[in-house]
Amino acid sequence: MTTNATSPAGATMALWHREVVRFLRDRSRVTSSLGQPIFFWLLFAGSLQNSFTPGGQAYGEYFFPGTLAMIVMFTAIFATITVIEDRKEGFLQGVLVAPVSRASIALGKVCGAATLALGHSLVFLVLAPVAGVPFSVVPALHAILALTVIAFALSGLGVALAWKMDSTAGYHGVMMLGLMPMLLLSEAFFPAKGAHPVLSYVMAANPLRYGVAWIRRALYGEQLDVPAEALAEGAAALDVPSLPLAAGATVAFAILAFWLAARAVNKRSSRDALT
Amino acid sequence: MTNQSNSSAVSVRDLSFAYGERKALDSVQLEVPVGEVRGVLGPNGSGKSTLFRILATILPAPMGTVSVLGHDVAGRSPELLSSIGVVFQSAALDRKLTVRENLRYGGRMFGLRGSELDQRIDEMLERTNLGDRAATMVEELSGGLRRRAEIAKGLLHRPKLLLLDEPSTGLDPGARRDLWSFVRSIDDVTVVFTTHLMDEADAADRLTLFDEGRVVAEGTPDELRARIGGDVLEIEADDHDAVRERVRGAFDLELVAHGAVLRAETSNAPEQIGRMLTLLGDSVRSIRVGRPSLEDVFLHETGHRLDVVDPEADTGSKRSRRKKRKQKKEEN
Repeated sequence: MTTNATSPAGATMALWHREVVRFLRDRSRVTSSLGQPIFFWLLFAGSLQNSFTPGGQAYGEYFFPGTLAMIVMFTAIFATITVIEDRKEGFLQGVLVAPVSRASIALGKVCGAATLALGHSLVFLVLAPVAGVPFSVVPALHAILALTVIAFALSGLGVALAWKMDSTAGYHGVMMLGLMPMLLLSEAFFPAKGAHPVLSYVMAANPLRYGVAWIRRALYGEQLDVPAEALAEGAAALDVPSLPLAAGATVAFAILAFWLAARAVNKRSSRDALT
Repeated sequence: MTNQSNSSAVSVRDLSFAYGERKALDSVQLEVPVGEVRGVLGPNGSGKSTLFRILATILPAPMGTVSVLGHDVAGRSPELLSSIGVVFQSAALDRKLTVRENLRYGGRMFGLRGSELDQRIDEMLERTNLGDRAATMVEELSGGLRRRAEIAKGLLHRPKLLLLDEPSTGLDPGARRDLWSFVRSIDDVTVVFTTHLMDEADAADRLTLFDEGRVVAEGTPDELRARIGGDVLEIEADDHDAVRERVRGAFDLELVAHGAVLRAETSNAPEQIGRMLTLLGDSVRSIRVGRPSLEDVFLHETGHRLDVVDPEADTGSKRSRRKKRKQKKEEN
């Protein structure tokens, strides 16, 4: 008659599905977290196209992988901020009294946010030819894999942060002080080469840098590595981490971020109850 | 751990709880037999919501033992969680989803799926008279309908214990009546609800009166009213002292001021009231005699009214928080 433990997958799927349905229903969120990065891309590409050409790429092309990362980040933030609304409105309490593990609740939220982030980035990915980025099936699939892992990582980070916040204003603070610098220093906007030594160390330690590098490696492969002779002759090159390093570091980032999210969600506290 | 008591749906022993330094529950004892509708009546800040949260397993209970349907709540076993239905004061419904979608996600969180889930949703929608609202967004529902949808969600997995926190907050009297006739119609479920409303408390089989984190009285609503053993006399007057003096002299009755009203319990009201009118005449605005209400019972047991929020409770906690912060600073 009565049901016992819910399978973790069932709970995760329910929360995941809800996230997507809600998002599709709320059109304003759809347009803003996709539109803003595209607007940035148009603005920067339009103004810096020929004056700032890192590694010999026109700026619109250079900034393309960075814009993908930005779309993933913005969408992941806007999707995970709903954790705070869910808590305030009481929805979360209803979830927390269900016979499901906290980890499966975290996973449902992370998967939901990651799905939206990935979906948004795909809309922009098909514009690659417009940006002058070489585009064919295998690199595109590889890029989707990279974007999936990045989306999971940033959504995990978003849930870990949002779970501890009591207000969306607080989350905006974290976003401005933590997540925006992470994006700015990920080589999404400009390469580390030539930056102040302190900044270049920070950039080397920035996990998102490896995500952006993975997207570049997915789209360009070995083309990014300019032979030593050519470099000696003065050819421009982007100093992009190798594929194993970029992919490995991004996967590690995703695992760490989910662990942080699960740890935050797992912690029972009096904040779980609305007062 | 299990089967502590087979006939008790809820068994609470020596339960204490504090938010920081503010004590919310003070060695509470509570036994609710299976099948009973139990009301926990108390003013805001009396600790009844804390008790509710502990029973709902959303707050951990570090001191005392709390067992629900034979399971220790600290264990939060899936068997326990799936046999409790919780209806929170704030809506646990997603306002951006329809009623049916909310029930569907809610059911899936409790392991229901497929055709069985659909069948139960239809059945609950019918029983709660929400059939024609299934496709309505929750945010478009009135408070009463929303509460009903909430209860439908809480009952979907057929719990053995239904917990309701202030179920008729924000409902008009009609919606409140509907709600209770529905709750009373549910079979095979023990109900524990909190309230600060007397008329709602009357819907309970038995009541536990709560004040300042303690149980102050327990019994059926009639038993509790019978404790007063007479009628309640209330006098409205401008000059309290003068009226009190004259009544004391003539009737050996001690009037106690509660706000603008002077109040006393008496076993001889019909005989006294005529003489009192003659005696006091124009110095009073009204004299009222009534059968004791639960409000009177509460007043009788605690010395203060049910609907008056104790302002001390809030400032006290703020003060202690500030003190704590200061202490912390000094430590550093």
